[in-house]
Amino acid sequence: MKIIYTDVLIIGGGLAGLRVATGVKERGHDAVILTLVPPKRSHSAAAQGGMQASLANCAMGEGDDEDVHFADTIKGSDWGADQEVARMFTHCAPKAIRELAAWGVPWSRVDRGDHTAIINAKKVTITERDEAHGLITARDFGGTKKWRTCYTSDGTGHSMLYAMDNKAHDDKVEIHERMEAIALLHENGRCYGAIARNLMDGELVAYVSKATTIATGGYGRIYEVSTNAIICQGMGQAIALETGIATLGNMEAIQFHPTAIVPVGILTTEGCRGDGGLLLDKDGYRFMPDYEPDKKELASRDVVSRRMTEHIRKGKGVKSHYGDHLWLDITILGREHIEKNLREVKEICENFLGIDPAEEWIPVRPTQHYSMGGIRTTYRGESQTLKGLYSCGEAACWDMHGFNRLGGNSVSETVVSGMLVAEYIADFCDTPESSVNIHSSTIEKFLKIEEEKIEALLTVENGEDAYVLRRAMEKIMMEKVGIFRNGKDLQEAVDELEALYKRSKNIEVFRSKSRAANPALVNAYRTQRMLKVALTVAYGALLRTESRGAHAREDYPERDDANWLKRTITSWPDKEQTMPTVTYEEIPIGKMELPPGFRGYGKDMTLHNTESKVRQETVAAIRKKLEEGGASRFEIQNALMPFKHKLPSKYQNRNERLNEPLGEEHE
Amino acid sequence: MSEKKDGHQLRKLQVDILRFDPHDPDDFPHIETFEIEEAHGMTLFVLLNEIREHHDNSLKFDFVCRAGICGSCSMLVNGKPTLACRTLTKKLDQHITLAPLPLFELIGDLSINTGTWMRGLNERLETWIHDKEQELNVDALEERMEPDLADEIYELDRCIECGCCVAGCGTIQMRPDFVGAVGLNKIARYHLDPRDKRDNKDYYELVGDENGVFGCMTLLGCEDVCPKDLPLQSKIAYLRRMMLRTGLKG
Repeated sequence: MKIIYTDVLIIGGGLAGLRVATGVKERGHDAVILTLVPPKRSHSAAAQGGMQASLANCAMGEGDDEDVHFADTIKGSDWGADQEVARMFTHCAPKAIRELAAWGVPWSRVDRGDHTAIINAKKVTITERDEAHGLITARDFGGTKKWRTCYTSDGTGHSMLYAMDNKAHDDKVEIHERMEAIALLHENGRCYGAIARNLMDGELVAYVSKATTIATGGYGRIYEVSTNAIICQGMGQAIALETGIATLGNMEAIQFHPTAIVPVGILTTEGCRGDGGLLLDKDGYRFMPDYEPDKKELASRDVVSRRMTEHIRKGKGVKSHYGDHLWLDITILGREHIEKNLREVKEICENFLGIDPAEEWIPVRPTQHYSMGGIRTTYRGESQTLKGLYSCGEAACWDMHGFNRLGGNSVSETVVSGMLVAEYIADFCDTPESSVNIHSSTIEKFLKIEEEKIEALLTVENGEDAYVLRRAMEKIMMEKVGIFRNGKDLQEAVDELEALYKRSKNIEVFRSKSRAANPALVNAYRTQRMLKVALTVAYGALLRTESRGAHAREDYPERDDANWLKRTITSWPDKEQTMPTVTYEEIPIGKMELPPGFRGYGKDMTLHNTESKVRQETVAAIRKKLEEGGASRFEIQNALMPFKHKLPSKYQNRNERLNEPLGEEHE
Repeated sequence: MSEKKDGHQLRKLQVDILRFDPHDPDDFPHIETFEIEEAHGMTLFVLLNEIREHHDNSLKFDFVCRAGICGSCSMLVNGKPTLACRTLTKKLDQHITLAPLPLFELIGDLSINTGTWMRGLNERLETWIHDKEQELNVDALEERMEPDLADEIYELDRCIECGCCVAGCGTIQMRPDFVGAVGLNKIARYHLDPRDKRDNKDYYELVGDENGVFGCMTLLGCEDVCPKDLPLQSKIAYLRRMMLRTGLKG
């Protein structure tokens, strides 16, 4: 039995996992990262358009601050987010980006003087301030009041990930590549690490740790077409679920990105529209202003994806071999701009479509893109129910996105949650209660269970073909748990998925019987787990009889704050059960800084909670009183919803901006 | 196989794959041939998954992003190192040969371990910002940088460590410790970056020898095969001039 001991085990080597590792290392704790692929190949690299941080450096970002970023994030979430967490996030995003700047990310910079940009299909001249020259610049993104999305061309995630991994090299973080965590070790309500399988030689290894962090990203690959990397299969959520103790939050909250290319589903960044690109229909007609006269192409992602789908349903889509699509037109941005700021998009168009996007329109349609749901945690990133288990980044639901994430907030979340959760984990590891109290017999038992599962997959006879089950699942998710949902389809989806799940217990790995590197074996055990994850999504969607953010029910088109201002909590307490257990967690209005209101798209379909009005009035009264007394925005914020005490002390300070120098104001 | 779209005639592809499972004591390197019906817009990603799913589920290969940005899927396609995921079959002949990238540890079939190699390279060249003096204040305005310089650094930062340049390198065949174009490009990138406080002498210590910039035989296979079109030729030439000057000065 091979056992490796460490202080902090981190499952997942993307941006979030790497940032946790460097953070705990700095605090003097050892860290081991387990990763399916070399960290630089993680899906974080695919983030193109940018990272939101309210630096307010560029002219179109002037006046931006944490307050504006916070309000955008909460509205974007359709009031599903945890407002304290969103506050912690918006407060720390400028710090995280400045840290990354020091670690080597070549952020695009403000260039003083005039430059032209395309806004609402017109050429405009923007003048950048002298004093902002050389600071980090930003572009426009959907659902934001200011230009806040900082970038390096359209390879932002790549540059961030490389800087972060290089920093981890510098910090001597131990990274075990091609190691897949297949079960969490736990005893007496405490998590103590994981059982991992070496994907090259098949060896099972027990990693025993004080704290365990899951940073494995989302679960987009339960869908047939997704912008996600093929490793985003929800295995982190699945192994958490399989403890029977840890819970998942809001699994039904799935984001569809408006502009993935057809048919392969590769993303073209929101930066295309942020920089002035347009959506056109089969007649070359720009339709978004008809639906959303105010934000047009730059409405929130869930809104644009629904409007596109509506428009296609009206027969305005372009017919193709692979179904209907619409056009993304970036030709109006000009070749120079595309070759400088949208070069990945250009390469993708050339390689996968054989077109030059400076000359031709790009065929796009909404495609599964992001998982708002994930492992339910406290604001400290710790599971609410399994002590010692942490999670952050897309894998987690701590919950800053609610039911719709803003573009540019995901890579931002990875590094912000990573830097915060690292501190909370380090605090935990500093206490005596973090000591490892797991019996070696328990570790042996866990290892044996996993060995037996693999043995069964390789030796069962007359079993099921994992590929068949998986393709069936992907199709169900696409057709019945998509952008628009309804009770009938969802019920069918749940029934069919449950049947597939039952069949998956009898999967047989045909022909390829190797215990070492064996893709068929990997597919077999992952398919079993993906089906569990898919069930949590479909079942949560079926039960949620309202529309909120990306969860759009045709049979329940209203956002129902009276009955549904709550988080879906999913668990799998008994391994013999074939359906997840669902409970709910209230989102208290009485503490909100920004009480539920109209989001500003289409007509207001909200069924309001009576408490919302009460809280709105309270908030307005506090604000008025303090404003009259000359209070600063910080003082007002603190009176409405204090959050800073929850932050690690090193991150509590204010952020400097050109118009908000440090040290002038005192709280 | 006769359906036409974009003027491309769909074909029955003959795909020869160099296979070997080092974990199987009875196996030996051999070519296995698969006959696959071509589909519209088919990439080698689609093709290889088709083989795995419907013909041989033991076939080993690596894809992650399948969008040409993560660098996982480099292999020899008709003898040339390239990213498989973004290679469209319609741009290839009906007869396709696939082999693993040479020089890296073989995991099996087309799957290779580039991760360990690249990690070793990064550790050896210390490819991170060296600036121990400055205490980072994350609350204060970030250090300024000229916009053009940021763009120039990004240009070199675009390397995806796919290993194509290593596989395409003549020098490395003779000098296994040669850092390759991937390594030299990284040095050029950090040299350009004012945030990295290392000086020419420090870089000379790292690449001022025959395993570094003086080992390059200027065959420039790297430049030919780089999927990101990095300016490897000009950066290697620049580094060589700079290192020569540093070396002569002592």
